[in-house]
Amino acid sequence: MAELGKTLLERLKSWTFELGGPGTQARLEKLTPPRNEYGVDPYGFDVDFTTGAIAPLLWLYRKYFRVQAHGIDNVPAEGPALLVANHSGQLPFDAAMIEVALLIDRDPPRAVRALVDTWVPTLPFVSTFMARCGQVVGTPENCRRLLAAGECMLVFPEGTRGLGKPFKERYRLQEFGLGFMRMALENDTPVVPVGVVGAEEQAPQLLDLKPLARLLGFPYFPVTATGLPFPLPTRYHLYFGEPIHFTGSADDEDTVLEEKVARVKVAVSGLLARGLEERQHVFW
Amino acid sequence: MSSGERTAVAPGAGAAPRDGPVPLPRSVAVTGISGNLGKALAKLLHTETRIFGIDRRPFREKPKDIEHHQVDVRKKRVEDLFRRHRIEALIHLGIMHDPRMPASETHSFNVVGTQKILDICVRHDVKKVVVLSSANVYGPMPGNSNFLPEETPLMAAARFSDVRDLIEVDMYAQSFNWQHPAMETVILRPVNIVGPTVRNAPSNYLRLERPITVLGFDPMVQLIHEVDVCRALALALRPGIRGIYNITGPGQLPLSAVLAELGRKPVPIPHFLVRPLVEKLFEARLSSFPPGEIDHIQYLCAVDGSRAVRDLGWAPRYSLRETIRSVLGSG
Repeated sequence: MAELGKTLLERLKSWTFELGGPGTQARLEKLTPPRNEYGVDPYGFDVDFTTGAIAPLLWLYRKYFRVQAHGIDNVPAEGPALLVANHSGQLPFDAAMIEVALLIDRDPPRAVRALVDTWVPTLPFVSTFMARCGQVVGTPENCRRLLAAGECMLVFPEGTRGLGKPFKERYRLQEFGLGFMRMALENDTPVVPVGVVGAEEQAPQLLDLKPLARLLGFPYFPVTATGLPFPLPTRYHLYFGEPIHFTGSADDEDTVLEEKVARVKVAVSGLLARGLEERQHVFW
Repeated sequence: MSSGERTAVAPGAGAAPRDGPVPLPRSVAVTGISGNLGKALAKLLHTETRIFGIDRRPFREKPKDIEHHQVDVRKKRVEDLFRRHRIEALIHLGIMHDPRMPASETHSFNVVGTQKILDICVRHDVKKVVVLSSANVYGPMPGNSNFLPEETPLMAAARFSDVRDLIEVDMYAQSFNWQHPAMETVILRPVNIVGPTVRNAPSNYLRLERPITVLGFDPMVQLIHEVDVCRALALALRPGIRGIYNITGPGQLPLSAVLAELGRKPVPIPHFLVRPLVEKLFEARLSSFPPGEIDHIQYLCAVDGSRAVRDLGWAPRYSLRETIRSVLGSG
């Protein structure tokens, strides 16, 4: 069983290097998070596993969504950073594509940690996969600790409000939570706005079966144009904006924070507007 | 105040223990000394300080210089020990966990026992009380942060009522700490204790040839060697130390890596079947794995030990690999 796993991992890794193109292996080897003798960092992030595990996602990145990343060098090469993106598409492929972009299309690569919803750890396989790829549950405690350690975090302040919204509200940013701004201020962390264009159309939601969602413990249960929320091969465009530095107290009242959050929201919608204007077609 | 005590205690503390210049109290009472952890603690400390054991079980293979009082911690007779000898510190290990015992009996033993022994400490001017709690009081939960600090609410009982006693003891010791500012109360919350002699749920689980796992779940786990726990208990005796401390071992790793290190062949069971199945096996006495412990092999319950590192200078001596493999040793 373990042998089989090892062979599979090696196959997947070579697939990653092949899809990533020449130099991918050398670039990925620049990633050196702290590792114990069992190959994981304190959060369970396993670079070796991740290199193999992203192969199917990299296939989606290159061949299916044919992602185009713009301004990726706006993400700082080192030190803490908070990427703030719009969330859409019913299933969080947008998060995966942002993470793959920063591993494959950035030199040196950056391992991004997304703050995942607290229901993710209740899902078999998904929970383990996420943890080995460096994702953590989105508690303020985790975010604070990782930013203090100089890590790059990815947050979706819209949360499932954005992810599970109906098709008619596409590219309309939902309410942003304020938590990420407190974290940015507390740790003096630059905020990098990210606009994702293309994910909105991957699985148009026509209906949200709320009673069924409640029954299953899901945040929503979408009925999409294709039935299940399996994504269509829309073309993704990722826009990384310039880092914004905020000053002020993390303990300010909500109204003060709301103004700062609004600036981030404006930056993200600016990127979305640009992306929609530049886009030739949803699918190519 | 603490510096005054330091000089008062240090000269009579005898030879410094192996950890360095830590002045030990001259006499230490230890409850639960006949348990495996108690024995390990006695072995570590009996040459450094005068040890008095309190346990209703006999103390087999007792070192000669330990005075053992075989008495239930709830009995009035316990106080005689404190009347006859000047006890400077108490280490309270006498918490019982037995999922097969009636809850009322364990509850009385654990909670009433703790209250009684702490009251005796007040009456007899025992300056230092160290209570052994556990990092399990926080409870494994899907929404847990990766490293829980000491301020985290103790939510374990929400899902697993057997740990209620331990939480009550922990909380009682916390309020005791506030009520008695002249005394130093220390609450230690070590991560899962394993070792060649301990027979608790985590080490018994790791001794299974074919342990049950939850299919698709592989939480990060933290382990600590029994001897390292004893060393932490000794460190907590140091004057000036009070309050709550998480005690971490040499790190954390996925449960699957622990089982692989031990050469186990896990039996993965889907999460929707594992609870009813383990319950049936436990009721039929086919397995000793308590159903309530399943959360520990499914969700995260790992702690931040930095406070103990900072205040106590805590550092485990056993490596991650040694700690894991210690369950294989014969006690």
